[in-house]
Amino acid sequence: MSDNRTPERLAVAKTYKLYIGGSFPRSESGRVYPVHAADGGFLANAAHASRKDVRDAVAAARKAFAGWSGATAYNRGQVLFRIAEVMEGRRDQFAAEIAAAEGVSTAQANAAVDTAIDRMVWYAGWTDKISMVLGAANPVAGPYFSFSVPEPTGVVGVLAPQESALLGLISVVAPVLAAGNTCVLVASAEKPLPAVTFAEVLATSDVPGGVVNVLTGRAAELGPWLASHADVNALDPTGAPADLRTELARAAADTVKRVLPVRGEPDWTREPDLQRLRAFTEVKTVWHPVGT
Amino acid sequence: MTESPWEYAPAPESRDIANLKPSYRMFVGGEFTDGGGEPLKSIDPATGEVLAEVASADESDVDTAVRAARSAFDSTWSTMPGTERAKYLFRIARLIQERGRELAVLETLDNGKPIRESRDADIPTAAAHFFHHAGWADKLGHAGYGPDPRPLGVAGQVIPWNFPLLMLAWKIAPALACGNTVVLKPAETTPLSALVFAEICQQAGLPPGVVNILPGAGDIGAALVAHPGVDKVAFTGSTEVGKQIQRTVAGTGKKLTLELGGKAANIVFDDAPLDQAVEGIVNGIFFNQGHVCCAGSRLLVQESVAEELLERLRARIRTLRVGDPLDKNTDVGAINSAEQLARITELADSGDAEGAQRWTSPCPLPERGFFFAPTVFSGVQQSMRIAREEIFGPVLSVLTFRTPAEAIAKANNTPYGLSAGIWSEKGSRILWAAQQLRAGVVWANTFNRFDPTAPFGGYQESGFGREGGRAGLEAYLDV
Repeated sequence: MSDNRTPERLAVAKTYKLYIGGSFPRSESGRVYPVHAADGGFLANAAHASRKDVRDAVAAARKAFAGWSGATAYNRGQVLFRIAEVMEGRRDQFAAEIAAAEGVSTAQANAAVDTAIDRMVWYAGWTDKISMVLGAANPVAGPYFSFSVPEPTGVVGVLAPQESALLGLISVVAPVLAAGNTCVLVASAEKPLPAVTFAEVLATSDVPGGVVNVLTGRAAELGPWLASHADVNALDPTGAPADLRTELARAAADTVKRVLPVRGEPDWTREPDLQRLRAFTEVKTVWHPVGT
Repeated sequence: MTESPWEYAPAPESRDIANLKPSYRMFVGGEFTDGGGEPLKSIDPATGEVLAEVASADESDVDTAVRAARSAFDSTWSTMPGTERAKYLFRIARLIQERGRELAVLETLDNGKPIRESRDADIPTAAAHFFHHAGWADKLGHAGYGPDPRPLGVAGQVIPWNFPLLMLAWKIAPALACGNTVVLKPAETTPLSALVFAEICQQAGLPPGVVNILPGAGDIGAALVAHPGVDKVAFTGSTEVGKQIQRTVAGTGKKLTLELGGKAANIVFDDAPLDQAVEGIVNGIFFNQGHVCCAGSRLLVQESVAEELLERLRARIRTLRVGDPLDKNTDVGAINSAEQLARITELADSGDAEGAQRWTSPCPLPERGFFFAPTVFSGVQQSMRIAREEIFGPVLSVLTFRTPAEAIAKANNTPYGLSAGIWSEKGSRILWAAQQLRAGVVWANTFNRFDPTAPFGGYQESGFGREGGRAGLEAYLDV
């Protein structure tokens, strides 16, 4: 990697690894693939995750689910705010990585980072409001107290958007976390470096290990394992091409997995709605008799 | 049963009230028409007799019906003010109430369920769904999906035979309230009340094509689900068929909701009010002959009270009257079809073969028709088929546990996640257990309660999407 601060000094190049269960392993397969800048220059070798890495990541996400989903909404909200705080501190690093990966100007890269951080703050504020907005006290016709609450769906497999390396990533992962799910995230294949840096943010942001697991590799290779895995409860195929999305949705049917309907990569700069929060929650209705 | 103190004189409801006709026709574009398929014969499962001949659809009828629905969607229904749609739904609700007794008898004849249940549960709850959704039709902007949520278009809906009119109401009421038009395929063995509902649509003056009813078998359901003119698919039925539908719909952009099977755990803690629990267990598994996706088919009892509970349970089950569904004294009616009876028998036999202890109620069974005596298996292990597979009949599997954590672990040890029951006098334990259970509906100290304001639906392989309440509207809106 080039560094133009002090011409005579050789920069310490970073090795980008996976993030599974709170650790940064290399791929079990020992594979890497070269990541290039938008202008074609070499940036780094990214770990090329395998099926075994997917399985390890799912196991880590499952293990972390009880703790994360059982944490109070107040606590989850604070942790998500903390992610935003730590991202703010790494603003320049993210901007540099985005500028290199997406080939945009520094100003545009800064804007993307700012929007990503603001989005994390937006979702952080949702953790303790989802139940109020998506839940209800049901006025049933009878002597019963009936209420409905949204609960996290479980382990969510997320194929992150391919084009928007950080803002897209945050836009898909934040609602999954805010709703109380844990996830296995497959980063953009061509632009994976901001995702690995984001994993370093997670590792230092009070997010319990295993809540988010970041894999770098190919959606086409890793997606089918996530879609067919019996311990994955939901799938966000945003980062898959259209024909692969159909294949993944078919594979997901074997376990009646929830699959987010995706019509292509959205404009991430637009204000989000509740669709992604709703997509990864289950509404549970509880009944109890009322009487003396 | 001669020494039983529970003898009652027969109190049969008159079958004339059903206004049964020798033949029924399908309903497309506001008209009753002959279908291109081989006519079905709907039979009375309590006697095995043919009730009526019913026109059935072929693939070209599916196409005609979807076109009729699309035309009605474009020309009238989606553009009509919500306040007007609301009035149609109110009309339908009232007409169901007005013809409630007729519908109850018809439903019991066609399905085999006790008249007590069709009269007191199925039909009133079906009307309630139309009332509830009538009120949503002009308030969709307040439902939390944005200020002006749009309908999806044509809904293709496939429903099961266990609650024919009620499942129709669960599907059609929210679809129409949100501005969609529908093509609905009732189950092959229970199409009659849906075709009387078509008459009700005519009486309500509903614009032609808004509701279309296509009787037929599974192939017609498959053709409807796969039809390119359908924008939304809603299915209630088996998990196996649900998976096929999810595969079919994959990649088409159609919105899908599935209400599939279940293997609900009914958990009785040692401090439960036992007599109340016994009533709830009986209601949980023997309501509608156990033909209920959310039936409490696995009883999990805390070891210290298991023996006492089972004794009281058997005593209570002995008093259940199995027989003529039209008799108002009947508690358990007929199994819906010979096929279903064979499936129940086969699964129950697997319980014997795998080493569970079978107890069968000594109640007399009618000599004709499809009946299965209430049955309880004890000594059931989690690996047995009767603990894992949905039996969909009056068969209860009993397992025991020692600690609350073990109860939750066993309850959640299934790919299903539709419903669960908790019996305890301790509020903190109830709320804790309700939180831990991976199920869409949790009944505490009650079971099998339904209401249009209370969302219903499953986790995991019990399907996705909710029916009822504000959450249920999402399935029929482009959000």
